[in-house]
Amino acid sequence: MRTALFSDRLVVAVAIIVALVTFAIGIGNLAFPPGSVLHVPTYVVSLSGKYLCYALLALGIDLVWGYGGILSLGHGVFFGLGGYAMGMHLMRLIGPRGVYGHAVLPDFMVFLNWKELPWYWYGFDSFAFAMLMAMLVPGLLAFGFGFLAFRARVSGVYLSIITQALTFATMLAFFRNDMGFGGNNGLTDFRELLGFSLRTDEMRVGLLWASGVAVLLGLAVCRLMVASRFGKVLLAVRDAEARVRFLGYRPESYKLVALVVSAVMAGIAGALYVPQVGIINPSEFAPMNSIEAVIWVAVGGRGTLAGAVVGAVAVNLLKTFFTTRLPEIWLFALGGLFILVTLLIPRGIVGGIVTAERRRAVGAAPIAGPA
Amino acid sequence: MVARWGTAGHSPGVPSLCTAGRAVRRIVATLAILLGLAAPAAAQGGVQGEAIRALATTNFDELARAVERLALSGEPNALGIVEALRDGTLLFRQADRAVFWRDAQGRMRDAATGEVAEGVAPAALRPLRVNNRVRRAIDATIGALSLSNPDPRVRLAAAERVFRSRDPDAIPALDAQLARETEARVRHAMEAARAAAVLGSAMADDAKLAAVALIARRGDLEARNLLAGLAGVSEAVAQAAAAGVAAIDRRQAMLRIVQDIYYGISLGSVLLLAAIGLAVTFGTMGVINMAHGEMVMLGAYTTFVVQEAMRRNAPWLLDWSLAFAVPLAFLVSALAGALVERLIIRFLYGRPLETLLATFGLSLVLQQAVRTIFGPNNREVGNPSWMSGAFELGGVLVTWNRLWIIVFSMIVLFGLMLVLRRTAFGLAMRAVTQNRRMAGSMGIRTPWVDCMTFALGSGVAGLAGVALSQIDNVSPNLGQSYIIDSFMVVVFGGVGNLWGTLVAAMTLGIVNKLLEPIAGAVLGKIVVLLLLVLFIQRKPRGLFPLKGRAVES
Repeated sequence: MRTALFSDRLVVAVAIIVALVTFAIGIGNLAFPPGSVLHVPTYVVSLSGKYLCYALLALGIDLVWGYGGILSLGHGVFFGLGGYAMGMHLMRLIGPRGVYGHAVLPDFMVFLNWKELPWYWYGFDSFAFAMLMAMLVPGLLAFGFGFLAFRARVSGVYLSIITQALTFATMLAFFRNDMGFGGNNGLTDFRELLGFSLRTDEMRVGLLWASGVAVLLGLAVCRLMVASRFGKVLLAVRDAEARVRFLGYRPESYKLVALVVSAVMAGIAGALYVPQVGIINPSEFAPMNSIEAVIWVAVGGRGTLAGAVVGAVAVNLLKTFFTTRLPEIWLFALGGLFILVTLLIPRGIVGGIVTAERRRAVGAAPIAGPA
Repeated sequence: MVARWGTAGHSPGVPSLCTAGRAVRRIVATLAILLGLAAPAAAQGGVQGEAIRALATTNFDELARAVERLALSGEPNALGIVEALRDGTLLFRQADRAVFWRDAQGRMRDAATGEVAEGVAPAALRPLRVNNRVRRAIDATIGALSLSNPDPRVRLAAAERVFRSRDPDAIPALDAQLARETEARVRHAMEAARAAAVLGSAMADDAKLAAVALIARRGDLEARNLLAGLAGVSEAVAQAAAAGVAAIDRRQAMLRIVQDIYYGISLGSVLLLAAIGLAVTFGTMGVINMAHGEMVMLGAYTTFVVQEAMRRNAPWLLDWSLAFAVPLAFLVSALAGALVERLIIRFLYGRPLETLLATFGLSLVLQQAVRTIFGPNNREVGNPSWMSGAFELGGVLVTWNRLWIIVFSMIVLFGLMLVLRRTAFGLAMRAVTQNRRMAGSMGIRTPWVDCMTFALGSGVAGLAGVALSQIDNVSPNLGQSYIIDSFMVVVFGGVGNLWGTLVAAMTLGIVNKLLEPIAGAVLGKIVVLLLLVLFIQRKPRGLFPLKGRAVES
């Protein structure tokens, strides 16, 4: 256990960096007054929190893609559902302080002239219930979807395409007003969480730290999974599914477990993301978002876990830079990144480092190649 | 004949305010009009000028009678004069009761001859005014004159007017015209108009029942409104009308389904065009080209550029710009495809998931490139005249552009099939699809075939772009909106089988459009997507899976 958790030096290094930087940013924001050299502005806190949520989503994708060989182009659906669960909780917490001042109904329902809360909104006033749903709903969806898909042996690009269709269909559904999730405006105008206003610096730092802890936990869970016997079989499924089947394993069970864990991680990431950005709307389900998340993993290096975190943060730093400074260049840069990474560094940044190390240490066991 | 109009026209003793008497007189008058026009020679001579001069009066009753008489006179310009009276552009000179009308340029024309009357000062003339009684006489006269107009379109419009007004006074005129009407379309309209007029009259029930049956057969929404709004009729007629409404509703529901199926086929042909190139590249090479939609977009922008170039340099050719755009769009997209294959995809063979990512990146670059060059806004690509407009076919509205796209998609499909089955390149392509290594061993240059296949698939996407430019906005996002649907079509139809692509595209199109009225456009699309996801679970290789070992890898 101990060795499994700490045996991958890169994962440990990334975990330490995440922990230190997250802690430092929080302290820098709270402990030093504005104007001080060491002060960290609040927008950096929110931005970092956002990046960490993306990193958690990327970790989930790395687990299924890097280790299971399942390229999901629909992980945004799990992320978004987790986000909506949190959004619904935050909406309920607004209570009578909405624009229309209704005691129970969120503003958009009053606007749509609804008389009572739909049944699926019940219970979301409880934080514990909402968090349970943020994990349960994506998990169940992944289980149902994966169960059907893997049993029918849908794999490769076919699976990718139907996951894309899944998130696309979800997006269309959530755009509808009568779904009861706020239509294309989504859920917004949140005020507080666990009794604290969302607009204070303390709350923002709290959410940042929560995201940091979530990423560390995610790294630990994934590391334990892939270092275990389960992880070995999962790798084997990725590289030669038919052989694993002939050896008497049930590849679909392994893929299903990986997909469900990954979806739950994405759901948690979404739930942490929403209070930090202050809004959730159906565009989170856009196929483009899911594909972008996949490219973070590809850039960082799939099948390394550390790479997912590095890729998510690196690409989003680039995105923030380009969209604020050179917005018209951003799509060129992102598209170019897709092409160059797949052509030139198919193992990604971290994968490249690992390969270089292995080459130096001649005689080391060959690492698993990409699917 | 002359005697009869004489009776009608010269009987001041008939009390003009008596409704029944007036109706009878108008019926007789309209009958006489028709007969009179049938033999205009009989009314020639001095009577003619007299009929026009009779209009020169300020007494409304006299004027109304004069209008009716004018209609009977066989005066060739009668319709124009009555219309001028209605429009208030008819004037008269009190001194000699000469009648003039003012044309659009404000010149005075002699009402009898229609020639410009020189030296007539408008100040010396008095305009002819009308009241409701005169207006009714005018309307009846215009209606009757239009019903017997030599132009079938005017007759048709007049019949439609009667159908709407349900004026029983028009029945004699309709009967007279029906007796010699030769145009089937006009005849139908007149029969329906007569039936409508019968329903508006005080006729006996059996006549009305026949009329209800006739109108129910007409079967459109106007007929339904007429029957549904029928009031003041006997029980039997009301029942027949209700049955007629139900029959029309059934017919309309059927028509709607037929119309939806037509829309579905139209959508299916668009999907087919967008997906067919994808089917070629995916089927032969196992390459998922996420930039396929952008190849479609390139084709659409090529169409735009060709049209703009022609607008500037050769406007007389504008109607045929598509004839130039089709080959050019094919070439542009095919060239782009060949370049993409050489520069990116050939390094990624055997790694389909990475190909997917790289081509997705490419699609972003192409979108942004087009956005930078042409701007982010929609570009207008006009329809040529032979593709605009619509016609009705048995109650189904058929738009020309949609029809041409269906035809075009079929041409592309069968053209592609010919290439695959009848050319050496097609043979090589099929060989590579079935067994790449064996094909290579037999001396087929598989890399060259790959490149050409990718160019072909992209070129076909360019053709799709030409078609889409005719029905959709040409914008940088054009390709994105079709890519997911195209993938669905390919996955649904099965790989490497163009018939499968055709069946899948048409099925998706029709199911989509049939679901739309029931579930709404968005929900319908969601249902289709979910059905597809479930279908793929059942048949992971599509409707028509490729047989053989190669596909298992």
